[in-house]
Amino acid sequence: MRALVWEGVNEVAVEQVSDPQVQNRQDAILKVKLSSVCGSDLHQLSGYIPFMRAGDVIGHEFMGEIVEVGPEVRRHQVGDRVVVCSVIACGRCWFCEKGLFSLCENGNTNPAITQSMWGYHPAGIFGYSHAMGGFKGSHAEYVRLPFADQIAFPIPDGVDDMTALFASDSAPTGWMGADMGGVQPGDVVAVWGCGAVGQMAARAAQLLGAERVILIDRFDYRLQMAERELGAEVLNYERTDIDGELRERTGGRGPDVCIEAIGMEAHTPGPTYRYEQAKQLLRLETDRPHALRQAILACRKAGTVFVLGVFAGMVDKFPMGAVMNKGLTLRSAQQHGERYIPMLLERMARGELKTAHLATHPMSLDEGPRGYDLFKNKKDGCVRSVFHP
Amino acid sequence: MVLAGVGAGVLAVRRMTTRQVGDGAARVARDRWYTVTVNRPPEEVAPTGRLPEPLTRLGDAVEVRIRPAPGGRGTELAARPRTGGPSGLGGAVARAAGSDPRQAVRTALRQAKQLAETGEVLEPDTPPTSRRTLRNLPLELATRRARGEGRL
Repeated sequence: MRALVWEGVNEVAVEQVSDPQVQNRQDAILKVKLSSVCGSDLHQLSGYIPFMRAGDVIGHEFMGEIVEVGPEVRRHQVGDRVVVCSVIACGRCWFCEKGLFSLCENGNTNPAITQSMWGYHPAGIFGYSHAMGGFKGSHAEYVRLPFADQIAFPIPDGVDDMTALFASDSAPTGWMGADMGGVQPGDVVAVWGCGAVGQMAARAAQLLGAERVILIDRFDYRLQMAERELGAEVLNYERTDIDGELRERTGGRGPDVCIEAIGMEAHTPGPTYRYEQAKQLLRLETDRPHALRQAILACRKAGTVFVLGVFAGMVDKFPMGAVMNKGLTLRSAQQHGERYIPMLLERMARGELKTAHLATHPMSLDEGPRGYDLFKNKKDGCVRSVFHP
Repeated sequence: MVLAGVGAGVLAVRRMTTRQVGDGAARVARDRWYTVTVNRPPEEVAPTGRLPEPLTRLGDAVEVRIRPAPGGRGTELAARPRTGGPSGLGGAVARAAGSDPRQAVRTALRQAKQLAETGEVLEPDTPPTSRRTLRNLPLELATRRARGEGRL
């Protein structure tokens, strides 16, 4: 089959790779209909996740049709139209039973790597390096679904493919930030990052009752999209003193909940950015936490900061004093998608959660390298390139 | 600056190593119990005292301990090689070759947990990538041993 593979730093190509097989009795095989790029792919692309092998199939946000099921798949049959959670979780370990699916004990076939880095291992993730199980990604004609009953969800008839696609990763990730960030009716919520995940976090905050939602980015086309599609307030951090603006807009209190949706390659204006880029290049720190620092400093006393953006290793100059002395709650996770996807699909069916606008650049799989170029370099108003194999 | 960074990294690793096995604790580390908590009650993990199959395969080479986990979290399943494991250069060679008995214990514990909780041992995608390269070799070797390594 054809697939988009990681070739090396900033290099992807479409290649012929072997077809996936049912390897476990709970596996299914999916014919991929749509597969989206994601901001977290860029960390792999840039070489900041050092557990990629040339030839690895990437991509983890996808939907399609089941074409084969293993003998112990009970909830799905051939022909089902499903959206698949990017996180591979067994659904039966202690963490899954608590709804903490991305901490699944049984979904990562290479637990030693992340146990050595982080103490304990998280779940597997499609197309997300050998540290996360080495599972092949979704930018392909077919993909193997381990624990298919647990991670694939039927799409209601009234929900089109492009809308359902984003129930795979960005919508549940954003929802988790608002939900586990504890957004309450009447809250002011600030979201750093106006990509798909940031926009979904903002929409989730609105649906959970936030009175004001403020999105922060530097790309006007993304801010305009959020203003137009979500009715959210927006701030361009290259033209605004974010800390001062947030204080002014919140009566001097600061946002109740701050959601960071950028991660380890954050940008900031000024010389600090170059300094941190240099440190990252020299591997003196692995992650650049500009947005996270700003979120921690801007957050109101006793507020919550939720980190949705992907971090992999160590950060420098982390404002722990602010966390401690302001009594902040700091939370984070890879997405616990299985916990939210059925509810999100229902909201999509009711028209409460619109996502199709995120797919600014639908294209064939063969155009994958161009899709990543547009996405990575923010060309042509790209929010998401979506491949249809 | 680079050297300073590398030095700091080495120091950090050394500190971690010291915490785990240093200061005369190396012998204790070799005798350590390797443990998983299985989200099932003891009577399901070891019905009528029969050990889970992956541990049975190791026969008398291992000691096994089973006890209820606190807070209704299932069963703590622990095992360790009767002979301990090689250390120093011999230990490193054994680990690279996949013949360190602790690797077999970790693998068996993980498999026992998976079988009890999910009914199967999840297999990695095969082949793991579309081609082998020299540059990929260290990661390939690391992932080949990943089920028997790590922090159990």
